[in-house]
Amino acid sequence: MNFNKEDVAISITDLNLKYEGKMALQNISLQIPKNKVTAFIGPSGCGKSTLLRCFNRMNDLISYCNVQGKIIIDDQDIYSKSVNVADLRRKVGMVFQQPNPFPKSIYENVAYGLRLQGLKNRLLLDEVVEKSLRNAALWDEVKDRLHENALGLSGGQQQRLVIARAIAIEPEILLLDEPASALDPTATLKIEELIYELKQSYTIIIVTHNMQQAGRVSDYTAFMNMGTMVEFSNTRSLFTNPREKQTEDYITGRYG
Amino acid sequence: MDDFRTGKHISQQYSDELNEIKNHLLTMGGLVEQQLEKASIALVEGDTKLINEVYKEGSQVNALEKLIDEESAQCLARRQPAAGDLRLIVTVIKAVSDIERVGDQAERLARFASQLAEHPRPKNNYHEVYQLAQHVQKMFHDALDAYARGDEELALNVIADDVNVDYEYEAIMRQHITYMMEDPRSINSSLDVLWAIRALERIGDHACNICEYLVYLVKGQDIRHSKNISV
Repeated sequence: MNFNKEDVAISITDLNLKYEGKMALQNISLQIPKNKVTAFIGPSGCGKSTLLRCFNRMNDLISYCNVQGKIIIDDQDIYSKSVNVADLRRKVGMVFQQPNPFPKSIYENVAYGLRLQGLKNRLLLDEVVEKSLRNAALWDEVKDRLHENALGLSGGQQQRLVIARAIAIEPEILLLDEPASALDPTATLKIEELIYELKQSYTIIIVTHNMQQAGRVSDYTAFMNMGTMVEFSNTRSLFTNPREKQTEDYITGRYG
Repeated sequence: MDDFRTGKHISQQYSDELNEIKNHLLTMGGLVEQQLEKASIALVEGDTKLINEVYKEGSQVNALEKLIDEESAQCLARRQPAAGDLRLIVTVIKAVSDIERVGDQAERLARFASQLAEHPRPKNNYHEVYQLAQHVQKMFHDALDAYARGDEELALNVIADDVNVDYEYEAIMRQHITYMMEDPRSINSSLDVLWAIRALERIGDHACNICEYLVYLVKGQDIRHSKNISV
């Protein structure tokens, strides 16, 4: 699919990635649209999380990982030498499958990134913490116990707290790697509702094993298999009339 | 046996469920086909035994309609079908109501058959009506056949044929309007004929609807209300 240049948040060209010489991503070219939700689906080991981790260079932490190709965010190739990775990760936030709050108070969890940036003004911090918790649909549940330990929250609340922490530093892009797979259906629906709210302000990419979830929350869906991008199209058509037989077999639960 | 469209799921039970739904739809279609055939013969021959059979089969058709709707709802709720499976369930839900209405029209035909049986019959024994009935029977049969086999070419032929049914319908209508003007005593029987051919013409429309659903099922393309159909 082709989008207008101004509507593209991430532009990926001929991306290849190897783990110790083994190809994990092959010739991926893709444009992720701005202020939309894009879902990556595919069987385990197809490379969807690997691709997601390329967008904020989390793969740099793996020494035997080799990345080739171009990923452009804000007119800049994020793999060029001049890029400051900390800046990149400020711009591209990430939330993982297991909620991972710091063993600190709820307030300090959300304020953490801002403090790291050197922000000390208490009033400003209060303001951002409240706004982030509100945007993460958690404020009403925690406003009376902001200074209690975050580990006392339920799993669903912890996951929303982690999202609040990610959006407190106002990233442009949010990467969600199976954000609801450890949560019960009610907490899952809250996260999904939150994703819908957040896309007004952020570009969201979500990796999920739950195809119904991809169908519910995303505007665009990419189906990957064995390190290749099989099909990328709008969610509306992918779930009713996919172009590729591989996609059809996967989403209808058939063996290919 | 696994169907090309319902089979090959990792969950064999899911394949079985979809097969079952599709088979029930085709069984229901077969029953309605019988109703239609019997009602058409009853129309020209005034056979009351056949008329009663049409009514009796109606209750079987209704029971199947409810069963298929229930199975489809269960499938949507429990399997969350996607892509081709979703299109199958959506088209089954729609086709089932068209087939049920064809059954209703067949019962109407049976009613007019019993009314016409009370009047003196014309020399040609309503041959033109019987011809129209055979025409729509073939359309309905082909529509079900196309649905069973996933044959969109046959479906498109049925849709293209509908205009001929419309011509025949208009010709018979004009003919009977002339009879009524010439001889007011024929008004009663001619009105029954007009109602009967109206029912037949509607059956042709339902057959076309089923064919349109089939094209959506196979191609994912909605051709309803489009003038120039190209698949």
